[in-house]
Amino acid sequence: MTLIMPTPETAIVARRAEIIARLRTLLPPRSLIVEETARRAYECDAFTMYRALPLVVVLPETIEEVQGILRLAAEMNVKIVPRGAGTSLSGGAMPLEDGILLGMAKFNRILDIDYDNRCARVQPGVQNLAISKAVEARGFYYAPDPSSQIACSIGGNVAENAGGVHCLKYGLTTNNILGLEVVLMGGDIVRLGGKHLDSEAYDLLGLMTGSEGLLGVITEVTVRILQKPSVARCLLLGFPSVEAGARCVGAVIANGIIPGGMEMMDKKTIHAVERFQPCGYPLNVEAIVIVELDGTQAEVDHLVGVVEKIARDEGATTAKISTSEAERLQFWAGRKNAFPAVNRIKPDYLCMDGTIPRGRLPEVLAGMDELAAKYDLGVANVFHAGDGNLHPLILYDSAKEGDIERAEQLGFDILRLCVSVGGVLTGEHGVGVEKRDLMGEMFTQIDLDQQQRVKCAFDPEGRLNPGKVFPTLHRCAEFGMMHVSEGKMPFPDLPRF
Amino acid sequence: MTMRAPIIDIRDAADAAEALRNAAAHDTPYKITGAGSKKGLGRHAPAAQTLSTRALTGVTLYEPEELVLSARAGTPLRDIERLLETHRQQLAFEPIDYGSIYNAPRQTATIGGAIAVNASGPRRIKAGAARDHLLGFHAVTGRGDIVKSGGRVMKNVTGFDLSKLVCGSYGTLALLTEVTLKVLPKPETEQSLLILGLDEATSLALLRRAAGTPFEVSGFAMTPGGMMPGVDVNAAALRIEGPKISVNARRDALLATLVDPSTRIMNLQAAHSQNFWASIRDAEPVARQSGQIWRLSVAPSNALTVVDVLRRNGAPLHAHFYDWAGGLIWLAFAPAPDAHAPLVRAAVDAVGGHATLIRADDAVRAHVDVFHPQPAALAALSQRVKDAFDPAHVLERGRMRAEF
Repeated sequence: MTLIMPTPETAIVARRAEIIARLRTLLPPRSLIVEETARRAYECDAFTMYRALPLVVVLPETIEEVQGILRLAAEMNVKIVPRGAGTSLSGGAMPLEDGILLGMAKFNRILDIDYDNRCARVQPGVQNLAISKAVEARGFYYAPDPSSQIACSIGGNVAENAGGVHCLKYGLTTNNILGLEVVLMGGDIVRLGGKHLDSEAYDLLGLMTGSEGLLGVITEVTVRILQKPSVARCLLLGFPSVEAGARCVGAVIANGIIPGGMEMMDKKTIHAVERFQPCGYPLNVEAIVIVELDGTQAEVDHLVGVVEKIARDEGATTAKISTSEAERLQFWAGRKNAFPAVNRIKPDYLCMDGTIPRGRLPEVLAGMDELAAKYDLGVANVFHAGDGNLHPLILYDSAKEGDIERAEQLGFDILRLCVSVGGVLTGEHGVGVEKRDLMGEMFTQIDLDQQQRVKCAFDPEGRLNPGKVFPTLHRCAEFGMMHVSEGKMPFPDLPRF
Repeated sequence: MTMRAPIIDIRDAADAAEALRNAAAHDTPYKITGAGSKKGLGRHAPAAQTLSTRALTGVTLYEPEELVLSARAGTPLRDIERLLETHRQQLAFEPIDYGSIYNAPRQTATIGGAIAVNASGPRRIKAGAARDHLLGFHAVTGRGDIVKSGGRVMKNVTGFDLSKLVCGSYGTLALLTEVTLKVLPKPETEQSLLILGLDEATSLALLRRAAGTPFEVSGFAMTPGGMMPGVDVNAAALRIEGPKISVNARRDALLATLVDPSTRIMNLQAAHSQNFWASIRDAEPVARQSGQIWRLSVAPSNALTVVDVLRRNGAPLHAHFYDWAGGLIWLAFAPAPDAHAPLVRAAVDAVGGHATLIRADDAVRAHVDVFHPQPAALAALSQRVKDAFDPAHVLERGRMRAEF
């Protein structure tokens, strides 16, 4: 285990019984999980590589209870780790042994659906897909659709700024929410935005989105809902090389077309998918590109023809166009099965999440192959081609000595490669604990210090989700005065956690 | 201390860092300016010295196939828009030009200024504001630190999204030196429908219904009779953009869905449609009037309530119109020393939203809150965020809040 988390404070662990006693005065017994066997269920999120047993788990049901918990945490100086549905792929909700795990799952009500203003007010524990289900009878939906959408909660989506396959056209979570209610450490409630647009001062709504539970606890979200496009049609395109597929994606956009979704898969993934559940993908190609066009019938029919021509010009050897809804879904089925299909090749995989300038794809894929060979591991690739978000799946076997460590190192090298071509460490999964120690690859110490000053504005004692996102965590009190020169900290050997 | 020229043109981030470190050491705040096209916007809070980005110009990266463009902060918007035009692309957030409102030369604004005020336009509902298009930036904080945030790719959640914070911070957090933007294809063509002669309530309800259709309308404005030249009755206006074949189909679908056949319709073709929406974007129906101008952001269904309350309470309304299906209200009033702030703010607070005083004399903007006041806990949090970037308050002191 290479990840170093803040050392549990023995003084806090020693006061566990007292902390629990105080929590009992705030919460009914059903909202408090104390027994070790029950707490084990919370020892990790969907990033399962690292685990820790939380000090205690609380599942509040009212905003007053959340306030009480955060007041208590401030008073007793206890750490808080907020958790939604626990589907984070970066360990954003990984517990701390000396921290209260604050689960928001019981905040699961849709409070208000306002079709007139095209928005819905929901509690943070509501599942992403449940919002779309609640408004679908009137033809509406909530646009961001992370692949975990049947399980993930909207509060977690906001904390991570979740994406999905339709981001290029419809945006990320940050572009699709209007308001938040947030409880700050210490118990103050702030309402950011509402049913109106933009902020009267600083855009704290935008700042909270993607802040990975480090700034406040979300207790309510107002989301935008959109009317579903009248029609969606898909093209399934096969290419003799990754380069040709990448050129096609670029040419579609250069022609002024922004598809609803544009996905790419490499040969290894295509073959894995066809073995898992055949869905008609061509096996004699190096890459496939799925392009979904949505809008009105006339527009979609017109654009399907334009895209097909572009694909042929770029050397596509296969070009199938969906003629029915069933066929469209069949084209997507393989993409949606990609992760479980890859899992058939090896018992474990590590899903990476870099974003790169799309034009650099061929060289990044080639570089990835070299790295994979160096570490003697396999890598399969699915790619949100429209927005450059790459999900290399590193295949390993946790039962095999040393495989986990090599997989992790390969993942780090792949992300370094993404950054070196102008990309970023994470497109939609978050930094969490997974990519925390790589932040220095993208940011200088001065950049990171500025982000931490923002953290201090919300949480001066650093009690909210510490050990996530930032490789070193400063104490805010000294931080304001600390002189940092050339990115070097004074007293570099002092522990910062 | 030596005498300084009132406006210092910075050449690079290091220049700005040095100036701001000195400012913090000597408690001598700076105004921040690009072309100066928005100097009437914000609280009136003069400073002895100004840092200008006007010499910091040039597009540093443009990759049309990647939908990305980077430019130094002082680059004129019109230069960027011309460059994008050569690849049939655009800044989809359609930034407002304040020239009409401040009776100043048009088309002088810089990209840095557009980001600093989180500029937007009629495409706000469909495409977002500047905040939704800023992918990353380089800047110098009030501490004199040279920092960057974000990147050049569409999808990025690495670290806090400080891009959102600098959008709409009016230069009070950091001096932007370079910004990276998402750019988008320019629609092949556009048309607009003006649905004429309906009362305000019916017109606004029609716009809200249009916003809930799948026809991808990109503009929803309502102008009362006489507010637009040549349109002497109330008009509910809808803009449809895209490939020609699609625009015609969606126009017909909108008419069939929303409009009674007996209603008077005006169909604006491309050039007329462009002129109409440029006029809405730049708030010309109120900019043309004399007097003080307010800009209100509310939930669309509350728009008429707010205007009715203002009328009932005797606010001397000269002119008004609505954008964003009612979510944005522009108002012009006869001038008053308090700019009618208590009336306006009470009307907005009753339904939720915010009101910004956009145009008033310096003397008025020196003591009336230009930006909507915040509840205590939120105001204190905003103050701490300000201090996290600019603890000595050397950047645009007093421009947003007296306390900043």
